[in-house]
Amino acid sequence: MATKNIAGIPVEVNEEGYMSDPSQWSREIAVELAKEENIELTEKHFEILEFIRKEYESGVQLTIRKVGKSGIVDIKGLYELFPGGPLKKSSKIAGIPKPASCV
Amino acid sequence: MKKILILGGGTGGTIMANKLRKTLERDEWDITLVDQDKTHYYQPGFLFIPFGIYTKYDVMKPKSDFFPAGINTIYSHIVRIDGESNKVLLEGGKVLPYDFLIIATGTQIQPEETPGLKEELWYKEIFDFYTIEGSIALREFFKTWQGGRLVVSIAELPFKCPVAPLEFAFLADAYFHEIGMRDKVDITFVTPLPGAFTKPRATKMLGQLLEEKNINVISEFYIERVDNKSKKIISYDQQEVPFDVLTIVPVNMGSDMIGRSGLGDDLNFVPTDKYTLRSEKFENVFVLGDASNIPTSKAGSVVHFAADVLYENLMSAIEGRPLLAKFDGHSNCYIETGFGKGSIIDFNYETEPLPGTFPLPGIGPFGLLQNTKMNHYGKVLFRWIYWHILLRGKELPIESEMSMAGKKL
Repeated sequence: MATKNIAGIPVEVNEEGYMSDPSQWSREIAVELAKEENIELTEKHFEILEFIRKEYESGVQLTIRKVGKSGIVDIKGLYELFPGGPLKKSSKIAGIPKPASCV
Repeated sequence: MKKILILGGGTGGTIMANKLRKTLERDEWDITLVDQDKTHYYQPGFLFIPFGIYTKYDVMKPKSDFFPAGINTIYSHIVRIDGESNKVLLEGGKVLPYDFLIIATGTQIQPEETPGLKEELWYKEIFDFYTIEGSIALREFFKTWQGGRLVVSIAELPFKCPVAPLEFAFLADAYFHEIGMRDKVDITFVTPLPGAFTKPRATKMLGQLLEEKNINVISEFYIERVDNKSKKIISYDQQEVPFDVLTIVPVNMGSDMIGRSGLGDDLNFVPTDKYTLRSEKFENVFVLGDASNIPTSKAGSVVHFAADVLYENLMSAIEGRPLLAKFDGHSNCYIETGFGKGSIIDFNYETEPLPGTFPLPGIGPFGLLQNTKMNHYGKVLFRWIYWHILLRGKELPIESEMSMAGKKL
């Protein structure tokens, strides 16, 4: 656990850079976190970030398929918005924990 | 007469029928079980059929052999569950009312979910090994195959028996060694996961085994479609893996009936309280095993352990007491690694698979996260245990709650 200054705000993050407290999240923080992943956020990105934050809060297990059925983007579109690991990257930028795949 | 209705006569439904008929008074409780199929398949055995180790006769028995006396059995398609009015509608218009419902309709493969999968190469050069038909078709194919690129891939998470595709790759390695053509076969394991398995220590151990056996691993590959012409699988981010034969775990989904009943999530799995095993929607509906969305393996061992908890909680619900039994997500999997050896993992919601001994601390005889001959004998013996003890709801000397004794942190 470490504290990191993001967009001028001290934010708790874990060793992989995922935020420990999703309630600290803001759009400004998202923009900064996205820059670290070389992603420039558009409104479409934010729609997805809001969607996965909402799903996370209601305790739903997130999957790429689920986001692909959200009506915001299809799976291919999701890969284009968050290249190379869309669920992990979008979760990180959305300030929620790394998605655990449980099998 | 009060009524308990069980949907599905697989591992879970059969265990519950046996447990409940033993304790519930016959003149008070009517137990009915519905299934669309008369054959019980020992599904862990499908894996051995492509390599000629088992035949179909080793994995098939009539379901009715395992149902207790004193229950009603109906072989029929289920149209839907009407949870608001406590009724289940069957094909042909028959209506079954219930006081308590147990959903144990499992998970099925849905190759149609992946474009190109179930097209001209299906059961010619593309196979599943999760059905009796797929396993037998693959057995026939391997008999005359001259070698090439064998791709083992996973389409989507979650899927039934998370170690099965790994076991398939290990057994393929051993099989082609034994028939003297391993040098002609290139084996590639393609997974949407970041590594061989989900949890760190098991991933490390299994990843090392894959490497030792010269099996290539392509991770974080999320398959979009299969190109039958060029014989490639293609991911959403446009990576391509060519194959000569593709053996795949297709998308797994709960029963269509769950979807029709409005009880499922996007994969038709039923949202279920992961501790009490009760449906999140209806107080008199419980969900056992693969049909639920609880975050643990979809596997027979989980069903077996969960059945103890579901039984306790159903009894409490019947008597109007709070549901105090809590499922811990306990899962226990044998992993065949080929050449007469095997490994075993034991874990739950909170604890990842750890090394150690099982079930007796310090003694074993099984070695957790180790590759031993004894573990393989355990798997071989298990088929007998499954038919004779487990399905009949009898006690096994393994607690349903996972134990830390014998595990090394």
